[in-house]
Amino acid sequence: MKSYTFNHNPLLSERLPPWRARFVVGVLLIGLVSLVGRAVYLQGVNRDFLQAKGESRYARTLTLTATRGRVLDRHGEPLAMSTPVKSVTAIPDLANLNAGQVAQLAKVLGMPLEDINRKLASGKDFVYLKREVPPDVAAQVAALKLEGIHSEDTYRRYYPVGEVASHMVGFTNIDDRGQEGVELALEQRLAGKNGSRRVIKDLYGSVVEDVESIRRPRNGEDINLSIDAKVQYLAYSALKQAVQVNKAKAGAVVVLDVRTGEVLALVNNPTYNPNNRGKLSGEQLRNRVLTDTYEPGSTMKPFIAAMALESNKFKPGSLIDTQGGRMTLDGATINDSHAHGALTVAEVIEKSSNVGAAKMALTFPPEHMWKLFDNLGFGRPLQIGFPGEAGGRLRAWKTWRPIEQATMSYGHGISVTLMQMAQAYMVLARQGEMVPLSLTRVDAAPMHGQQIFSPEVTQQVRSMLELVVSDGGTAPQARIPGYRVAGKTGTAHKLEGGRYVNKYVSSFIGFAPASDPRLVVAVMIDEASGGQYYGGTVAAPVFAQIMSGSLRALGVRPDAPLVPTQIARQTAVPVKEDM
Amino acid sequence: MIRISAILVVLVVASALAVVNLTHRSRGLVKAQEREQARSRALEAEWTQLQLENGTWAAPARVEKIARERLGMNQPARDHLLSLEASTGGAR
Repeated sequence: MKSYTFNHNPLLSERLPPWRARFVVGVLLIGLVSLVGRAVYLQGVNRDFLQAKGESRYARTLTLTATRGRVLDRHGEPLAMSTPVKSVTAIPDLANLNAGQVAQLAKVLGMPLEDINRKLASGKDFVYLKREVPPDVAAQVAALKLEGIHSEDTYRRYYPVGEVASHMVGFTNIDDRGQEGVELALEQRLAGKNGSRRVIKDLYGSVVEDVESIRRPRNGEDINLSIDAKVQYLAYSALKQAVQVNKAKAGAVVVLDVRTGEVLALVNNPTYNPNNRGKLSGEQLRNRVLTDTYEPGSTMKPFIAAMALESNKFKPGSLIDTQGGRMTLDGATINDSHAHGALTVAEVIEKSSNVGAAKMALTFPPEHMWKLFDNLGFGRPLQIGFPGEAGGRLRAWKTWRPIEQATMSYGHGISVTLMQMAQAYMVLARQGEMVPLSLTRVDAAPMHGQQIFSPEVTQQVRSMLELVVSDGGTAPQARIPGYRVAGKTGTAHKLEGGRYVNKYVSSFIGFAPASDPRLVVAVMIDEASGGQYYGGTVAAPVFAQIMSGSLRALGVRPDAPLVPTQIARQTAVPVKEDM
Repeated sequence: MIRISAILVVLVVASALAVVNLTHRSRGLVKAQEREQARSRALEAEWTQLQLENGTWAAPARVEKIARERLGMNQPARDHLLSLEASTGGAR
């Protein structure tokens, strides 16, 4: 075979038409341009979309559920806490179940067949088949391996003490948001914040790698309330019993720690079980301590006495003519339940004379009395941080007529909450100092507040309040063995449709031990209809029961060696303390 | 020249195998971590259940009922109360 070098190849001397070369070059150019264009389109213009699509084949975002904080009492007993449960969900488009599978599912979940069918046929993208199912039931559902049926981690809120603390603690809804009480008030602190993590899953669905850094869930804070579970239970059971015995419509109790202003117990009756809120009525939900107001009646009198003593116009022994228990003013008559003649200021409190209180009050200008009420916090919400707090009704002093000023001196024509009254009594228990209340445990040193009465005056009023529980007073039943008690009864007519009717709010508010007060207990019984309705016979025994139990639970030293209580002097037996 | 290339090829292959090995081990560790986290979640769930159970058993209402009914206890009457005076200076 003959060989040539390239340059001498005879084919080169062949003249081809020039368009053929140009055609080939053109085709190659077109191919190049379209490839470059496609590359630019994929890599530049559409890159984010394509990357996201690609990643979605293997990467998943998992939600890390945060737990809601616990609500604890002051010693750490749980009052509300969340436990993990599952919610069974379905994606109806994916769930093509046959009749047998639906029947299986219904049996495991314990719900009617038609409910499941209705939910699956609802045409939504996502439905909850059943929420808050126990983990073992959810495991059984998972074991059925049905397509389109999944389960989700959620939390259910439980309230171990149930109805005992329901008005204080409140409750959450199914989405774990606070609806009432502390659960609502402290929602910000209790609620957790869910975190998330991006992961790569293998074909079996297990996580093989974290893609991004994990956003950790922030769990809700645990909150220690000021409530003492023991005191709360004492108050709850005493009130429940009293409401039953007196056939009352309702009742409320609040217990305050005098030293710190903490609320140790807050109870209402009727109440409800926050774990089972199937049929809740508005009556059960009413919080008569903080969100409802009432006319306090005679429990207002000690403040009028304190105002009178503070002004130096009156001494504890000053005589006031109560005119046999009748006084006419502006065409209206003020009555006492028992007729008396001239009474000292101390006796006006001891016997609870309306005329006496009115006469004392009328020696002061309305503005002076309004200031007293305002200083004591009446007429405006306490701002204790509880949802729906009421402020009560205190009209501007310029509109007061003398008869109104007179009735206000014994607690009519002014409305307050039970918590406001308890706080005002704490002023008497604390040497005249007004301090803010707290629903959460106070760990800092107790604060000091505004001085409303001088210590001498509060001391005088306190001795008057001790007379109330003496044999000559209105509430001997409020006495407790071992402790000196000071307090005041209230029996107020109820206002219905603008008229006072023969229905009563019976109350007793007091503190003990009187020599160095530790607790304020306020009891209010609404419409007692068991034959008795005086504060001294209806509310005072409840007070005594709660006060004695609480003082014993807190280990407060008795200050009154009553005859039946024996006091044993500890003999010099050496006690080994360090065991 | 060829010798350097050969060494580089060997190194590249070794490094590639090391990457495979490490990835495999990392996945194994991730799986183990997942397992432990699931266990920790389960334990946490159990702990809250136990706390709840404890709270329910120790509820004052239940304690009082049992004390009264099963153990026959009651509040001491006032003349059964004995109050000790705190000794001064004795306690440290």
